[in-house]
Amino acid sequence: MMRTSTDVFIVGAGGAGMYAAVAAAREGARVLLADKSLIGRGGATIMAQMTVAAAVGHEEPDHWTHHLADTIEAGHGLCNEALSAILCEEAPIRIMEMDEWKVGWARQRGRMTQVHAPGHGLRRCVYVDFLNTGPAVARTLRGEVAQRPGITRASGLAVLEVVVAEGRCVGAVAMDVESGEVVLVEAGAVVLAAGGLTRLYARNSASLNMAGEAYALALRAGAELVDMEFVQFFPIGHLAPRLVGMDPIMWDPFRYKLGGRLLNGELKEFIHRYGGTDEGRYTARRDVASHAIIKEVEAGRGSPHGGAWLSFEHIPEAELKKAFGPVIGRLAKNSIDLGRNAIEVSPIAHYHMGGVRVDTEMRTRVPGLFAAGEAVGGANGATRLSGNAISEAFVFGERAGRFAAAEARAASRAPVPDSAADAVIAEGRARLGKQSGGAPALMRELQALMWDKVGLLRTGAALEAALARIREMRAGDLREIGIAEEAPFNQALLDWYELRAGLLCAETVALSAINRTESRGAHQREDIPDADPGFERNQTVALDGEELVAGWRPVPRISWTLEEKRAAAV
Amino acid sequence: MSDALDGTRTMTLRVYRGAEGDPPRYDTFEVPFEDGASVLDAIVWIRGHRDPSVAFRYSCVNANACKECMVRVDGKIGYACTERLSPGTMTVEPLANKRLIRDLVTDIVPPKERLAGTE
Repeated sequence: MMRTSTDVFIVGAGGAGMYAAVAAAREGARVLLADKSLIGRGGATIMAQMTVAAAVGHEEPDHWTHHLADTIEAGHGLCNEALSAILCEEAPIRIMEMDEWKVGWARQRGRMTQVHAPGHGLRRCVYVDFLNTGPAVARTLRGEVAQRPGITRASGLAVLEVVVAEGRCVGAVAMDVESGEVVLVEAGAVVLAAGGLTRLYARNSASLNMAGEAYALALRAGAELVDMEFVQFFPIGHLAPRLVGMDPIMWDPFRYKLGGRLLNGELKEFIHRYGGTDEGRYTARRDVASHAIIKEVEAGRGSPHGGAWLSFEHIPEAELKKAFGPVIGRLAKNSIDLGRNAIEVSPIAHYHMGGVRVDTEMRTRVPGLFAAGEAVGGANGATRLSGNAISEAFVFGERAGRFAAAEARAASRAPVPDSAADAVIAEGRARLGKQSGGAPALMRELQALMWDKVGLLRTGAALEAALARIREMRAGDLREIGIAEEAPFNQALLDWYELRAGLLCAETVALSAINRTESRGAHQREDIPDADPGFERNQTVALDGEELVAGWRPVPRISWTLEEKRAAAV
Repeated sequence: MSDALDGTRTMTLRVYRGAEGDPPRYDTFEVPFEDGASVLDAIVWIRGHRDPSVAFRYSCVNANACKECMVRVDGKIGYACTERLSPGTMTVEPLANKRLIRDLVTDIVPPKERLAGTE
């Protein structure tokens, strides 16, 4: 067993985790930044291709309160408005800071180029060409992290449990992926920045490490989750033909820049029949577009692979090349010629609105435990606007790092006893040396179950069936899986811990979806198609022993009106 | 695991197995093959359907964003996520110029990203 100690321990090194590390180090804290993959390579940030929403007002006059109004409207009454306001007010500060760090936001004549993304009232989203926002952000933050001496980086460190002693978070139990050695981390504060849970769905745009680890760590430490029923499906994930070397959500930037027409199997436009408008301009909100595509497929009007057509055939070749330069060549390698053929798209699990319940300083209810980025719940309510995820990673990451540093300074440290690792390590070890197998099959079953029964269109009966099976998997199947005693780099053992976290998260989603007997935003119940004003409340989930317990809370509203805030800002 | 391949188009992937210092050996897997599929697709399929103990490093899935999946395919260095499968037999091996950890995983972690304990 190895031991290490730090002021602030950050779990996950995507956009939020890296920003948190920089912010904590600026406050003078010693930081340990860990990722089970490589620092700044895994997670969701690096997959982002286009938009980052911030009211910098370079393209047209804007104010963060307009961004806030759009965010709250998209949230269908459930936004934690205090968090949303912070997100929108501080996003421009972080965008400009990233600009100083030379991320390379696309510019024309010295001003940042901003595009109009669905749900925004105006052109508000900055980006890096071509389809390079996430990689550029990740590279920039990797550089900022590397040049700060207060930050220690740990690639290949998987965090398995947060350690709580006398009601306070004092560190974590981790495992060195390469050697399998157990690592005890003693810390003044811990920041969970390990992203969301979209990996739990059969069709997703997630990287490998998005199976809900941050949520499971938070729950087991005693923190609350909020709004777990709200999973965002990205409407136009790539479906066919086979495409490799590109993110499945890559069509979004094409739509921002060039429009593109969304057509059903009969080559007719259809979004307008579901309460949205599209007409080749990409203005329909994500939940409306996803719902419309699924319904067309159900009605037998889908594209051949069960989605919709996306066509740029009417766009002149010169315009395609101008807008996407080298990307056109990468598409050609996949035998895709946008001037000649439409491609097929369908909804795909993309982002989680729910997450760890925090206050405006990113503190969970467990002293010393913080959350940042997608791991945080509440700022986006029942649906997230395009472009808010990277902004959230920056803003909440910076805040979590800053306040965690203050916490670590003020807190009295308690030692982490060796025995803190015993239970969680024993669970995995108990699976070793048995007949190998079972984990991949169980993960596939979970992904299929979540997609079919806890997905885009839900019914009470399907949700109940899913919940029963998930509970059975968590209590039974998970404990029968065998793992070969391989070393070093026992990936199968980490797969098992990932599944252990994923099953707990899946249960929170199914349970929350059952309790919300209405349809709202990304949570659509076919058996109860209307919104119920009585459900304009946030749902919480916490662990009591091994049992999940749900509850309700009033939505945190901001007490001043947007008009007052705008006036004060002038 | 069931997952029989009756009636599906398949190809054969030879995968390097073993840790540093072990005598090199290759395991041969018959895997499903569709036009445009990547070597990563085949490795993920093998881990999911035939042998979860195969060690392989990757994070993003077929997006060529994380750049963690570099291996040798038929002797040539490339990203598993953008190298295409072809019919017949292909061989996938760890990078030759990096220290082998196990199977297809080599030591590509930058030295400054390694944790050193205090005890």
